Amino acid sequence: MEALSTTKQRSRISNSTLLFIIAGIIFFLMYGFALISFPGSFMQFQTFFDLFNFNAALFIVTLGMCIVMIAGGIDISVGAVCGLVTMACAMLLQSGAGNVWEALLLALGIGLAFGLMHGYLIAYLEIQPFIITLAGMFLAQGLLTTLHKDPLNVTKPAFVALRNFTIEIPWLGTVNRLGVFIPCEIKPGVFVVLVLVILYAVLMKWSRFGRNVYAVGGNIQSARMLGINVKKTLFLSYVICGLTAGIGGFVFLMTTGAGNIGNGALFEIKAIAANVMGGILLNGGVGNLLGAPIGTLTLLTINELIRAAGVQSNLQAIVSGLLLYLFIVLQSIVMSLRSGRKFRLTLPPWLKPHRLPEEKEAGNQG
Amino acid sequence: MLSEIILKMEGISKSFPGVRALHNVDFTLRRGEIHALMGENGAGKSTLIKIITGVYEKDAGQITIEGRPVQFKSPQDAQNMGIGTVFQEIALCPNLTVAENMFIGRSRSNFVKWKQMNAKAAEMLKSLGIPASPTQELASCSIAVQQMIAIARAVDMDCKILILDEPTSSLDEDEVQKLFALMRELKARGVGIIFITHFIDQVYEISDRITVLRNGELIGEYETAALPQIELISKMMGKALSDVTAMKKHEPPKAENSVPIFEAKELSSAAGVKPFNFAIQKGEVNGFAGLLGSGRSESVRAIFAADKVTGGEVKINGKRVKIKTPLDAMKQGIGYLPEDRKGDGIIDELSVRDNIILALQVMKGFFKPLSWKQTEEFAHQFVEKLEIKTPSLNTPIKSLSGGNQQKVILARWLLTHPMYLILDEPTRGIDVGTKVEIQKLVLKLAEEGMSLTFISSEIDEMLRVCSRLIVMKDREIIGELSGMNLTEQDVMHMIAQGGK
Ligand SMILES: Nc1ncnc2c1ncn2[C@@H]1O[C@H](COP(=O)(O)OP(=O)(O)O)[C@@H](O)[C@H]1O
Ligand SMILES: [Mg+2]
Repeated sequence: MEALSTTKQRSRISNSTLLFIIAGIIFFLMYGFALISFPGSFMQFQTFFDLFNFNAALFIVTLGMCIVMIAGGIDISVGAVCGLVTMACAMLLQSGAGNVWEALLLALGIGLAFGLMHGYLIAYLEIQPFIITLAGMFLAQGLLTTLHKDPLNVTKPAFVALRNFTIEIPWLGTVNRLGVFIPCEIKPGVFVVLVLVILYAVLMKWSRFGRNVYAVGGNIQSARMLGINVKKTLFLSYVICGLTAGIGGFVFLMTTGAGNIGNGALFEIKAIAANVMGGILLNGGVGNLLGAPIGTLTLLTINELIRAAGVQSNLQAIVSGLLLYLFIVLQSIVMSLRSGRKFRLTLPPWLKPHRLPEEKEAGNQG
Repeated sequence: MLSEIILKMEGISKSFPGVRALHNVDFTLRRGEIHALMGENGAGKSTLIKIITGVYEKDAGQITIEGRPVQFKSPQDAQNMGIGTVFQEIALCPNLTVAENMFIGRSRSNFVKWKQMNAKAAEMLKSLGIPASPTQELASCSIAVQQMIAIARAVDMDCKILILDEPTSSLDEDEVQKLFALMRELKARGVGIIFITHFIDQVYEISDRITVLRNGELIGEYETAALPQIELISKMMGKALSDVTAMKKHEPPKAENSVPIFEAKELSSAAGVKPFNFAIQKGEVNGFAGLLGSGRSESVRAIFAADKVTGGEVKINGKRVKIKTPLDAMKQGIGYLPEDRKGDGIIDELSVRDNIILALQVMKGFFKPLSWKQTEEFAHQFVEKLEIKTPSLNTPIKSLSGGNQQKVILARWLLTHPMYLILDEPTRGIDVGTKVEIQKLVLKLAEEGMSLTFISSEIDEMLRVCSRLIVMKDREIIGELSGMNLTEQDVMHMIAQGGK
């Protein structure tokens, strides 16, 4: 019998916060390492901004995935949906049938349609998210290749203007060899990222929906018993994820200016990896939404590092894969250390931390 | 006013695949009463609660609240109708803060006002004396604190009906009194309270009426004051007081040497039994008696280290030994046949032979496999000795009848030649003939010098087999009974009176 008085009265930081802090530290270490190894490129502010400029779509897709992951789910259709949106919007713009606003509406519509479908099937018909979104991925990919096989460059003036629009930061930049000051440049997509990060962070922290997402991800059965509408919460999280993938697709088009069947390829994998690196627990319920952009930055920095090192580009994938393993193991080590529970992975004795409590739990030998 | 019926359930039935959890049960709750729902483990109490609260859908029956028929689809609906519930398995979210767990799912507002919520939670925690901070993550609180938080949440809901399913199982005496004070206050305000506990004393301290369930059936509804404890127990167990079966004589073993073969001092485990002393002589058969849930199984699991041992010392033949895992216990010559045959004991897909040699193989270590011939021999020998009815040694154990499955597990342990064998409910769910066979086998093994602990929920069976009964109540050993002329009534009296 456990008495109240024996309670450990430590008000510890939450698991979400801890994993977020670790993710932040890892990013800074990684970027610091990059600065030291390749000062020529990484010392420039523009290199940092370019991470955002060129990868705004990935940042956005990662945000949507983050919410679904906190709810304890997964959506592997986001990359394909993103690619489909770029092609659909490119065709709409290029055919002259629609203007930029209509293209944006189309992007939102496609994302929303996928989100609604996935949300309904997963939340209300209770089908496994992996399978459903896998089907969604095939559907989106099929539609994408059916729409147009070849790259489609958008030359509509209004869109080209938007694509080429850049914002210069007059007080930040570098001086080139000729002594000319070159200000840093930011693309409009970065602002979309910024707005969505703030919006979603507020949503997850201060809205009833956001907290319900955490509850559902933490323990779906308890969440139900606590009177939370679990189905609606799950449904909405997939709707938001789909919608966000749609926005991501539009921003992708704004960045590259062309529809292409390769657009958004592997985004689902990258988004999951980025979230894991940002301290979002794969099991759900734990993670800070701000971890999504941090994790994306870490992932991109690693890729930039490998590129700067001048090795083969397929090494990028290999290293990313290995790092992902590492991060997942790291997460489970941190979580099991904190819960004081038995460590799930079987490690050789020399790898086991000494702090582990006696792990003799209720054995089930008959 | 006081006798006004607030909740009425009629003809409630509910089945799970293979289990009839409730059958045609009626239940009524009045305004301002504390109504205890009693029954042994598995009687269907929690299932009834989950039907009221919309967690499960009933198969048949009708529920009316304040005269209106209701049909809850989810706990949310029940909550909105003013039913506050503390579920048996604490239904909170470990990853949310304490304050959130108290308020989530209750507010209609689309935004979370953290400051206000934390302040309100802090006030509640303070008034109930719960040592937790509102901003703390729930996972960092002990189980007892979590239980108090679940109670605080339910109590704060301003409900008409409060349901408490075993809320006191991890609370200490002080906390229980705090909870009771709260319950009395709510009762005075007219709240109807359903209270489930396996602590019989608590029922008599706080409840007005008692409804007894057994095996999913309604046994009756009684005024607490008019129902003696011993009658309550006999109703829960389903034994008429006068129905004392004829007992076969059984020779208690002579204690040849005074050193017990196994001795435990102040043994305790993570499963939560009070630290206890226990000893058994060579060739002795003893048993743990008590209601289901009184801590019988937990005690023997502690002996076998099947639950994490948290304290105490153990001697084998007078020598101190460390038993930290079931494997340690096996190496010391202790065998354990678990209560839950399906969960802990048999491995469904494996053949009869593999199930029999499993324990021996575990003891030898998996790197020294037994030869095929050896296993065949061993298995064959025991199938004959125990008369296990199986088409072949290669038959998967799941296709055997319950009694034969039980014999296979028994064979598994006998093969390791234990000096001390613990049998937890070895005869549950098996036919009468096999039951008697197993009882005879137990006596025969004891004659051959093995020590055995035999647990059964059928007291007459224990009286037939055991020469000494250790009586448990509320997870504590309350006394011992031995002698040739014990009756069921003696045991029930001891449980009812708490060993005095
Ligand atoms: N979700 C479930 N699935 C299958 N069987 C269940 C489930 N819940 C309860 N049971 C069975 O129903 C019976 C009654 O259980 P329960 O209501 O929990 O009993 P109590 O609370 O009185 O101990 C038991 O036999 C139990 O095994
Ligand atoms: Mg129960």
